[in-house]
Amino acid sequence: MSELLRFATAGSVDDGKSTLIGRLLFDSKSIFEDQMASVADASERMGLEGPNLALLTDGLRAEREQGITIDVAYRYFATPKRKFIIADTPGHVQYTRNMVTGASTADLAIVLIDARKGVLEQSRRHAFIASLLRIPHLVIAVNKMDLVDYSEERFNEIVEEFGSFAAKLEISDLTFIPLSALNGDNVVGRSDKMKWFEGSSLLHHLETVHIASDRNLIDARFPVQCVLRPQTDEFHDYRGYAGRVASGVFKAGDEVMVLPSGFTTKIKKIETFDGAVDAAFAPMSVTLLLEDEIDISRGDMICRPQNQPTSGQDLDAMVCWLADAAVLSVGSKLSIKHTTRSARAIVKDVKYRLDINTLHRDEAAETLQLNEMGRVSIRTTLPLFFDEYRRSRETGSFILIDEATNATVGAGMILGET
Amino acid sequence: MNYELSHLKTLESESIHIIREVAAEFERPVLLFSGGKDSIVMLRLAEKAFWPAKIPFPVMHVDTGHNFEEVYEYRDRRVEELGIKLVVASVQDSIDSGKQVEQKGPRASRNQLQTMTLLDALEEHGFDAAFGGARRDEEKARSKERVYSFRDEFGQWDPKNQRPELWSLYNGRHLRGEHIRIFPLSNWTELDIWQYIAEDGIEVPNIYYAHEREVFERDGMLLAVTEFVTVMEGEKPETRTVRFRTVGDASCTGAVESDARTVQQVIDEVSATRVTERGATRADDRASEAAMEDRKRQGYF
Repeated sequence: MSELLRFATAGSVDDGKSTLIGRLLFDSKSIFEDQMASVADASERMGLEGPNLALLTDGLRAEREQGITIDVAYRYFATPKRKFIIADTPGHVQYTRNMVTGASTADLAIVLIDARKGVLEQSRRHAFIASLLRIPHLVIAVNKMDLVDYSEERFNEIVEEFGSFAAKLEISDLTFIPLSALNGDNVVGRSDKMKWFEGSSLLHHLETVHIASDRNLIDARFPVQCVLRPQTDEFHDYRGYAGRVASGVFKAGDEVMVLPSGFTTKIKKIETFDGAVDAAFAPMSVTLLLEDEIDISRGDMICRPQNQPTSGQDLDAMVCWLADAAVLSVGSKLSIKHTTRSARAIVKDVKYRLDINTLHRDEAAETLQLNEMGRVSIRTTLPLFFDEYRRSRETGSFILIDEATNATVGAGMILGET
Repeated sequence: MNYELSHLKTLESESIHIIREVAAEFERPVLLFSGGKDSIVMLRLAEKAFWPAKIPFPVMHVDTGHNFEEVYEYRDRRVEELGIKLVVASVQDSIDSGKQVEQKGPRASRNQLQTMTLLDALEEHGFDAAFGGARRDEEKARSKERVYSFRDEFGQWDPKNQRPELWSLYNGRHLRGEHIRIFPLSNWTELDIWQYIAEDGIEVPNIYYAHEREVFERDGMLLAVTEFVTVMEGEKPETRTVRFRTVGDASCTGAVESDARTVQQVIDEVSATRVTERGATRADDRASEAAMEDRKRQGYF
């Protein structure tokens, strides 16, 4: 059975990110001849010497004209062991907005560091965002080792420098890999130019890093998406609650509680189109049938009586502000979407703004602007059923929507009750 | 039990979640069905999302009138099985009513004309969400498109101004007259689609499998000889063993030489191929470097 691994790459063209992705795709035979021909053709018209692999990912007209990357591009490749989805996030323009978009569902992030330049402000920023979004695995790819004579000493300097910064972050799994994307050293196979390095190549790491334990299988949470009522002769009294398990495991016969009503009942059956299943776990989409008829609708949460999420209208969260023009400040009124529940929210307090380069907390700050983030207290019109983001990405996250423009303007990671 | 899902089951679950979100949050969704393998899989996923209830939205076919017979037959049979409504938006009707003008010459195609017919039909029926079977691995402009792709009142896509899309929290809010295109298969690849067709035992029109057909070469592609294309001087029709990798308007969809007569043989062929499906078979993408982006901006699928 092949597993799916989603990873995000952060870095700029100068770090060799596009070359690295190009090499992963090329060496896994995921770049096709017509794509290569079109890249070569475009490179030639731009007067470049060789094919620029960045053009594989920079497909929009404006990107090609201006030589910049505008938005997250998704790439796909597979090896016999795993199938991979790459969210390729640009390093310069709109970095926070792009990186949170690309990284929010990632199992792993690769941050590229140029071996000649060492740890830059940008590298720290990317690592910080990865830790904030709680991407379980972080790989620091120390690239361009060919330009520092494949020096073990230089690699160790960077490991040490980054390590002292990373100690301040919450990163559960940190791996350093020295490589040369251009020459293919340690990308797919182990490099014979860096025999001193005892770790695995990047692709081998991606194929084998243990991700099954990253999921929360403890806190059973089932946000109801919709109620299925066929009302046909065959399924006359059928009432199924359709949704996707956010975390934990549900089994037929389990005692469950429904929020907000607080009623308890048992799971009669867990159904899918392909037949009933004994257990449903994240991220399975299933339909729950319950023993008792209870009033349940979209936005309700099914959980276990002994393990409930927090129900509340006042919460604190780290908010990344993503709006171009609008500013978040005390009193801002917004729409909020959390699991399958939508409500309105008002900003009660901006506790501090975080400088994502220095991690300094500016407690005098009163606003958040584009690409800024900080700790914010909000109150919602309806109770939400939430967990800390660090415990559950699905029930710990929300988005904020501007009620006038309908744009998605904020991304929130819940810290707890206010 | 180890509580692990295969990559196909993970993709299936993600797509079902998206389809249910749309059904719950929009007033009038519609599923765009072309008879191609991607929309066939999408329709199956919609069936799974609501079973044992019926799919709670209609299916719409933007019909150029230049489709393969097998596709019409498949479409009608499937819609009847599912007991759902079919809306046909006809490019021929748009031409007859004088809203559109047919392209001229032997290279004429109705591909471009579909956009206006599609947008008119969305407006006429008041559809506020339209499911499409596009995948991000198909084409570079598509690789940057969101699952929920916002369209303004002109149906336009603005790639520079897309809504950030985080976790599995989709923002479908829009004003009257605007709509959202929904792409539940965003993260699927061509190979995933075929593996799923095999695993799930899904039937697809037989033109996807190798068969004998009269074709001729144009611009490096094999076009089928049909009443919808004019064979030009110097083009020599001959019978070859081919199959279609994509199914669209007969005037711009090419066949590939192939001996793959079963699903497994198709999977083997797709695994080994060195050319993308659109590169191999779609004249519509060959118009320019940014042909897809330009058409998408105007409201194309």
